[in-house]
Amino acid sequence: MAGITGKDQVLTTYANKLETLDAPKGRSLTQDALSRLARNKAAVASIAVLVFIVLAAFIGPYFVPWGYSEVDWTSIRKPPDFEKGHYFGTDQNGRDMLARVLQGTQMSLIVAGVATLVSVVIGVIYGAVAGYLGGRVDSVMMRIVDIMYALPYILFVIILVVMFGRHPVLLFVGIGAIEWLTMARIVRGQTLTLKEREFIEAARAGGASPWTIIIRHIVPNLTGPVVIYATLTIPEIIIAESFLSYLGLGVQEPQTSLGTLISAGAPVAEVLPWMLMAPAIVLVTLLFCLTYIGDGLRDALDPKDR
Amino acid sequence: MANTVLDVQDLSVTFQLRDSEVDAVREMNFQLTEGETLAVVGESGSGKSQAFLSIMGLLARNGRATGKALMGDVNLVGMDKRRLDEYRGRDIAMIFQDPMTSLNPTLRLRTQLAEVLVRHRGFDRKDAVRTSIEMLERVGIPEPAKRANSYPHELSGGMRQRVMIAMALLCQPKILIADEPTTALDVTVQAQMLDLFKSLTEDFGTALVLITHDLGVVAGVADRMMVMYGGRSVETGSVNDLFYDPRHPYTLGLLHSTPHIAHRAERLDPIRGLPPSLEHLPKGCSFNPRCAFCFDRCLEERPPLEPIGGDRKKACFYEGPLRYEEVA
Amino acid sequence: MLRYASRRVLSAIPIAFIAVSICFFILRLAPGGPFDGERALPPLVLANLRAHYNLDQPLINQYFIYIWRLLQGDLGPSMVIEGFEVSQLIAIGFPFTLTLALSAFVIATIIGILAGMVAAVNQNKWPDYVMVLAVMIGVIVPNFLMAALLQLWFGVYLDWFPAGGWVSGRWEYLVLPITVLAWPHAGRISRLMRGSMIEVLGTNYVRTARSKGLGERLVMARHAIKPALVPVVSYLGPGLSYLLTGSLAVEQIFGLPGIGKYFVTAALNRDYGIVLGTTLLYMFIILALNLLVDLLYAWLDPKVRYR
Ligand SMILES: Nc1ncnc2c1ncn2[C@@H]1O[C@H](COP(=O)(O)OP(=O)(O)O)[C@@H](O)[C@H]1O
Ligand SMILES: [Mg+2]
Repeated sequence: MAGITGKDQVLTTYANKLETLDAPKGRSLTQDALSRLARNKAAVASIAVLVFIVLAAFIGPYFVPWGYSEVDWTSIRKPPDFEKGHYFGTDQNGRDMLARVLQGTQMSLIVAGVATLVSVVIGVIYGAVAGYLGGRVDSVMMRIVDIMYALPYILFVIILVVMFGRHPVLLFVGIGAIEWLTMARIVRGQTLTLKEREFIEAARAGGASPWTIIIRHIVPNLTGPVVIYATLTIPEIIIAESFLSYLGLGVQEPQTSLGTLISAGAPVAEVLPWMLMAPAIVLVTLLFCLTYIGDGLRDALDPKDR
Repeated sequence: MANTVLDVQDLSVTFQLRDSEVDAVREMNFQLTEGETLAVVGESGSGKSQAFLSIMGLLARNGRATGKALMGDVNLVGMDKRRLDEYRGRDIAMIFQDPMTSLNPTLRLRTQLAEVLVRHRGFDRKDAVRTSIEMLERVGIPEPAKRANSYPHELSGGMRQRVMIAMALLCQPKILIADEPTTALDVTVQAQMLDLFKSLTEDFGTALVLITHDLGVVAGVADRMMVMYGGRSVETGSVNDLFYDPRHPYTLGLLHSTPHIAHRAERLDPIRGLPPSLEHLPKGCSFNPRCAFCFDRCLEERPPLEPIGGDRKKACFYEGPLRYEEVA
Repeated sequence: MLRYASRRVLSAIPIAFIAVSICFFILRLAPGGPFDGERALPPLVLANLRAHYNLDQPLINQYFIYIWRLLQGDLGPSMVIEGFEVSQLIAIGFPFTLTLALSAFVIATIIGILAGMVAAVNQNKWPDYVMVLAVMIGVIVPNFLMAALLQLWFGVYLDWFPAGGWVSGRWEYLVLPITVLAWPHAGRISRLMRGSMIEVLGTNYVRTARSKGLGERLVMARHAIKPALVPVVSYLGPGLSYLLTGSLAVEQIFGLPGIGKYFVTAALNRDYGIVLGTTLLYMFIILALNLLVDLLYAWLDPKVRYR
């Protein structure tokens, strides 16, 4: 699944551009980027839809009449029925599809968020340490990254499933833990350039420890790449999650995720189409939004014409 | 009386921007005589390149050209690309400013040269390659047979520009347009290159259009000269006339901002003010904000390009003497 | 060119070795083993089995045994599917996977390059918009969902192609799986091709070629396509390895008899032999592909060879 959004290439280009600029960037970059983003209609609309989906997934369940594992014995395998409050219909067990889709979306989002966070944290630390220490440590650390790039990612995911299969959140911590390679590369490159700047030299002369310098001075300067990285990684993980769940290796019943719902809906789609369509539409919308936001951010943060 | 090989009438070039248009070239008129060298000068952005690119059918996608460029009785402007391909490379060729990027990095020089002869002269590949190698020798490339097998990146900038010249002259065209051919090169190479142009075009009887923003390049090479400002030609005439007796204030300014020429005037002075923005040209004469001789008529009316005796034309209302002291 | 090639081959060897080691240890450090299934085995049998597969020895010894055998081309026995060597199982499943992935790869690469060129030449006209949309759909919709939708539409409603399963020698069973596999790949290729073609068409050397009156077709064929292929080629390696691993999923979804099936079951049963063997196989393929791409790259861009 690596490379679904081509993020490695995108980020490398972006990072290269950052490196060739020498003006110190901080707040103004972010503000500038935000104002450009605000002018990108597709991105703004996507953000609005995304916010709506996120809110619906986390707050929605309190407002729908049925719980996600609650069985309504009077309506089993029923199409949408507004009188009974089954707005998206019910599944073979009489569970409300709207409630299940909301719960599934929530689970997919949590899992993606956690995995992305893990990969960002590992990537930033690994890259910053390699770049900051430099020399032999750096070349060994980056060699390891190169080698790991050569490993077949999906096979590792499946091995991880075997290790952590029973616990979905742990599973995705594990996925996050093998997603960090790109982040580490970018961060290392950035750190190498940042290291030479006066403000870091000053901090070093002032006796700050390497760790303090990394956390205080280097990490805050990585906002741009991290934001782009995260928007590109979240959809990748959502896809990975839904795929594993689809294979029956991810989120387990009675909990659910978009992938689990699609895998339940696919075999019966001929007779109960709403069971496939509802989660499929949410998943695709989510992925489209994230893609447009990612594109928008990339353009907005692109330092080329500044 | 020598023949006219290119007759340009009312040539204009317009670029479509997102929500506006820019006129990069406006109503240009000039003739090119067989075998002569015409220098086209002006500050960068004055429309020199676009004017000739439009004749070659090489405008960017958002550009459109109107008017005529007659070669004999065929009009090259707006001609269907397929028909145009019969003429470009054979009767009219062009050399570009940047020799580093103007050759295809993925093809051997041999291939890039020979294809011209295969296309226009119907040579088979072997003959074409042999003739190309002869031409490489002619433009002063050492070991031409070996060089022909090289890729562009294996050659220096000067050598590449020689290759470009060889390529353009393969079919002995009637017209060669050279767009700032020496700007990207070392000063030492520049002089050699200009000599090469001079001798080759003389040998082949090719008319040369030498586009440049550097008047230093013009002296000694060109016969006639056309000065462009804001997309228009503002003065034309023989190089001697324009150098020793400029009639347009802008020509005067150009002369005094060019090192080798200005020493006669004892000091070097850039033209005051900035080159105009094509989107916001002033009313009346485009040069009026920077002109020392500007009077009320210049602010209202645009001066047309009119003959002023001899072989000269200018676009300026001011009729008094042009003295540099008055400019300063 | 030859020297460049041998240099690249030599530098791939240590990488392969280190990667094998990493795989070995990650797999072994994972909790659980091949013989703790649902039904507990009698201790004596278990001990015998473990001894038979050398699992009773210290990990480091096992590692050396494994490497030693590997150097002789032996991937070891399967620990769960009795009586089968890993290489036998790979020989059964892999040709199918390879056929599937390669067909998708060839089809998608050709379609992608052509579509990208058409879109670039017709920039901001309708063929371009159609392509951008098709790419978007292919790249965004996950393969299992695409599979479900295609199965429903073309397999059930229209009944044009079988929705799943496999009958030996019947190509129509491969249409939907290949479509699912090829679409995103074609999408990414065409996006790359479109971008680089637009860039190349705007370069000075294409302008030079046009100024020579070569005709648009020759300008394209000789001057524009080769340089425009450079970024596409650099994606072919990752693209094919992506298709090969993606094929595991598609086999699972459509019930096709490739190696994907063995792999998933093997992972669930901790059959170290198969998991490690398959992983290594994929790894070597990926390394080999990267190598091939580098060489192709050197051919396309003469400058690379001299670095
Ligand atoms: N593709 C284009 N779109 C819009 N404007 C253009 C384009 N190409 C050139 N121009 C404008 O045309 C003007 C003249 O350019 P050019 O002929 O290249 O100047 P020069 O005299 O330096 O050769 C420039 O000011 C430029 O802004
Ligand atoms: Mg120019």
